Amino acid sequence: MITRIDRRFARLKEENRPALVTYFMGGDPDYETSLSIMKALPAAGSDVIELGMPFSDPMADGPAIQAAGLRALKGGQTLAKTLQMARDFRRDDDDTPIVMMGYYNPIYIYGVERFLSDAKEAGIDGLIIVDLPPEMDQELCVPAIKAGLNFIRLATPTTDEERLPKVLENTSGFVYYVSMTGVTGSALPDTNNVSAAVSRIKEHTDLPICVGFGVKTARQARAIGEAADGVVVGSAIVAAIAQCYDANGKRIEDPAEAVATLVKGLADGVREARLAAAR
Amino acid sequence: MNKPAEPNSFRIGPDDEGMYGIFGGRFVAETLMPLILDLEKHWNEAKDDPAFRAELEHLGRHYTGRPSPLYFAERLTEHLGGAKIYFKREDLNHTGSHKINNCLGQILLAKRMGKTRIIAETGAGQHGVASATVAARFGLPCVVYMGATDVERQKPNVFRMHLLGAEVKPVSSGHGTLKDAMNEALRDWVTNVEDTYYLIGTAAGPHPYPELVRDLQSVIGTEAREQIQELEGRLPDAIVAAVGGGSNAIGLFHPFLDDRQVEIHGVEAGGHGLEGDEHCASMTAGRPGVLHGNRTYLLQNDDGQILDGHSVSAGLDYPGVGPEHSWLKDTGRVIYSPILDDEAIEAFQMTTRLEGIIPALESAHAIAHAIKLAPTMGKDQIMIVNFSGRGDKDVHTVGKMLGMEM
Repeated sequence: MITRIDRRFARLKEENRPALVTYFMGGDPDYETSLSIMKALPAAGSDVIELGMPFSDPMADGPAIQAAGLRALKGGQTLAKTLQMARDFRRDDDDTPIVMMGYYNPIYIYGVERFLSDAKEAGIDGLIIVDLPPEMDQELCVPAIKAGLNFIRLATPTTDEERLPKVLENTSGFVYYVSMTGVTGSALPDTNNVSAAVSRIKEHTDLPICVGFGVKTARQARAIGEAADGVVVGSAIVAAIAQCYDANGKRIEDPAEAVATLVKGLADGVREARLAAAR
Repeated sequence: MNKPAEPNSFRIGPDDEGMYGIFGGRFVAETLMPLILDLEKHWNEAKDDPAFRAELEHLGRHYTGRPSPLYFAERLTEHLGGAKIYFKREDLNHTGSHKINNCLGQILLAKRMGKTRIIAETGAGQHGVASATVAARFGLPCVVYMGATDVERQKPNVFRMHLLGAEVKPVSSGHGTLKDAMNEALRDWVTNVEDTYYLIGTAAGPHPYPELVRDLQSVIGTEAREQIQELEGRLPDAIVAAVGGGSNAIGLFHPFLDDRQVEIHGVEAGGHGLEGDEHCASMTAGRPGVLHGNRTYLLQNDDGQILDGHSVSAGLDYPGVGPEHSWLKDTGRVIYSPILDDEAIEAFQMTTRLEGIIPALESAHAIAHAIKLAPTMGKDQIMIVNFSGRGDKDVHTVGKMLGMEM
């Protein structure tokens, strides 16, 4: 089975450039604004979209994404609405891969089978579920693969040689390498470590390796892109959305434009990565 | 939900995957997975190591003051006119509650694993104080995460932790209570994986914590079972304990689970009543979901977002419960019922006046249920109530509720 994710990475390989993977929180700060941000992403240079599903207790996220999730929930976002957002997006764009990212409980409550069938129908291509390690594969991973969705796994600096094959076993689409131990949005580690880690994972899999957690600037995106098949940016985008509102929640700038400007810069950085590597 | 088939023994769980039926498990980020596997390996070695057990028992005897007495509450029994009520006096432990049993075991494990930094979460501050205490005793730095709301309403315990050398970090994310403190402790752990030991305070979290904490707290039930046979020549007819996360309850219950003649009662925080959201009765009014590394009964909305509960007792103010309790509820082995804030306050006063012992508000919930049960039982029947902690920490809360000048 070939998904939009597989097709996109195959094309990028031909173009010889890494992917820019952009994360934002579905429904932050409200449905319409969030949808306008999502629609602006591909034109700004995003190759893969990670659509965040808000959860009340995001135990692996830093302050920026925690706050985004709370804003979205306050704005009335639900899992059903996040699926609807993908559906609305798909009316104009049938190519850009969408990966839903979040925590398991809202899906569990929605019902696994119902969720997978609705996600597939809404045009979702893959899932990243932070709190479902390989030990819990029967919960969602195996049913998701059966339903024709990619299940993208996180590999981390604590995933050692012995464990790596287990982590990669049911992974498809791409591998998300979390560049450090910590929550989302923390400081980026030395890029040399990242490149060594990417090489290590590549010994075990032919899947594309995307690297994230802490990438904020075009310069960092370029450095990471030299080694990885994709660069994931999340907290920086979410923070840019937050900065469009004043302390009273009044909109002072257009979030879709602010995100587009940021993403364009990041996309330029990513596009220069291989050229820089060749030099 | 279908009732699971009754097992041959209620004491064999969890399975290799850390499951109690559909409950429990290891729902954590990949970064933490190698750590909890390592913890499980070390715990399995430690619990069968005679040297480890001997050191824990020595500390229990000379540092905590074990065994804790099994006390016949004569005047309360007379007043209620039914079953004989015994209190298992965990309030007499060093630091004033059952929490120390768990903390001593886990700090020995942390030392054994070569960890050099302790983190913990706390609600009312009892587990925070117990963690800070053992960290001081073993010379390890300790960081305690505590919801900003709880820091405000539990100032004396914050001060105790400071005196013991711990750093208390107020957590303002979410609503600033125990659930948010636990999120923040997990974020610390995911960041400081090399040197840090996460000392969880209750029988919840990812496997192996629920099992590990249960085993360390089972000293309560093991002692009580021996003591009652010595005193009465037989097992009790009923045992009762309050359930927040559920560590004191599972500690009392576990050694009795296969004594089918013993009726077992878990008491949840009914708050202002189960009609609204102002309670913490996750098993009576919640449904199964996944939070903090395990599947268990949770207070949540239709979208799977976790709700903030309410209880007059900060120690019961948690929207989930340990996974083994969820399984014991579904199998029907343990009966779980709610007690309202007002009923707990009344039990608090009755125990203080009749027995001269001030119970923690958590324990007052268990006593309130015993007050309902005892008159329905015969005078020849016996009941054990887990007196999990002393109530000095709660006198301000109770005083305020009774309109006293503080």
